[in-house]
Amino acid sequence: METTEEVRAAVLKYVKAEYLEDDDQEIDCDTALISGGIVDSFSMVSLKRFLENRYKIQIPDDKATPEAFDSVNKITSLVETFVAGKV
Amino acid sequence: MAFTNPVREHYQKDLDALRSAGIFKVERYIHSAQGADIEVEFPAGAAHKKVINMCANNYLGLSSHPDVIQAARTGLDTRGYGMSSVRFICGTQDIHRELERRMTEFLGTEDTILFPSCMDANAGVFEAILDDSDVMISDRLVHASIVDGIRLCKAQRDTFKHANMEHLEEKLKLHSDKRLMVVITDGVFSMDGDTPPLDTMAALCEKYGAMLFVDESHSSGFIGKTGRGTHEKYGVVGKIDIITTTFGKALGGASGGCVSGRKEIVELCRQKARPYLFSNTIAPVVVSGVLRVLDLLSKSTELRDKLEKNAAYWRKGLTEAGFVLKNGDTPIVPVMLFNAKLAQDFSRDLFDEGIYAIGFFFPVVPKGQARIRTQLSAAHETHHLDKALAAFIKVGKKYGILGKTKEEIVAMYGL
Repeated sequence: METTEEVRAAVLKYVKAEYLEDDDQEIDCDTALISGGIVDSFSMVSLKRFLENRYKIQIPDDKATPEAFDSVNKITSLVETFVAGKV
Repeated sequence: MAFTNPVREHYQKDLDALRSAGIFKVERYIHSAQGADIEVEFPAGAAHKKVINMCANNYLGLSSHPDVIQAARTGLDTRGYGMSSVRFICGTQDIHRELERRMTEFLGTEDTILFPSCMDANAGVFEAILDDSDVMISDRLVHASIVDGIRLCKAQRDTFKHANMEHLEEKLKLHSDKRLMVVITDGVFSMDGDTPPLDTMAALCEKYGAMLFVDESHSSGFIGKTGRGTHEKYGVVGKIDIITTTFGKALGGASGGCVSGRKEIVELCRQKARPYLFSNTIAPVVVSGVLRVLDLLSKSTELRDKLEKNAAYWRKGLTEAGFVLKNGDTPIVPVMLFNAKLAQDFSRDLFDEGIYAIGFFFPVVPKGQARIRTQLSAAHETHHLDKALAAFIKVGKKYGILGKTKEEIVAMYGL
């Protein structure tokens, strides 16, 4: 089981590699990803697949909302909820 | 009456939210035919103003070409005004099929089907040919009509970084277990004016067994040596499985679009694509005009050659003046201002100087990427471009951005 810091770091690393272009500005764990126009709803699919594969969880579509995926911190909370079997 | 005051207030709040966010669009009324010189009423009720149009998709200057107008007039006389039917009931004339054949020849494909618009072509094609066993892998900057088409289709979705072939290859590997894969891109990206490396894309699609879809709306008629499109520029004519394009831009500028490509895909669209089945096709008068456009383009490359020269002249002038431009070699030349308010103010000041060019900002382009998108036309003469350049320089000086880098402009105005 990864710590919160490890999950956050893994998510941040994936988001940077998958979504940022070379000339994009840096992001942090609170940067608005979807409402800020960095990740669009189609591209969110690959993030969901990454989380499900890495953490062996299933995130139903009604929980994989743009709001729940809107920052690295929010994504980390979502992952931890599912890993802990709280849903 | 169901439209009660609370309902009205609900919608008024929606409209107010658009106004407060600075994204409420106001149309400008043009009191002349489309062209390099137009007469505009703006704001509504103001005296008409003669301006140079630097933001139309009238790339070849054919929107008001006398031969096209005459052909449309003849079409009106011989085939009538409307069909009052969808294609498969009694809405297909000989000229509709003739235009499909001519587009097939022009684009170098196997077959073509007309749609009421390219928006409809993009909205209908994916649902007609894919299901949930398949995957659509699209460039992240494809046009909104493609995004809508993808939304309407049950196939799985993924995206790749804009024109990034390494990322595309990763995605092709990732989805190689799917039944069918379609890679989706624009030929020329309308906001940036750049083209993806279609030769590399076609090779990757061949390597991984994927189909390739290209929207050629901002390239049909003028990109490539004979104006066939981006696939001609990159030497992959015959290798694109699905092309969509429009007759609403370079090819006469009226309306209508098509899907052109593999004959089985075209036939499936004819059988299943909902915007084709449930809407009248292109009006006879427009079909007649487009047929004449294709005659003109098949005879000579004069117009696309002039457009290419105009684009190079304009790009050189702006660069020498010290503007930050998006790299590219198409007639779409974005002048980068980065800040949304600056883009709007710049556009307004240009209008005062007699130049019509619109500012674009989020959500149409990414945040911090606001710009004035200029578009060249074969209808522009050198004097138009010189006058427009002088206006750009005057307004650029006013805001102190000439010779400044992106970082310096952002430091002055913010993102």
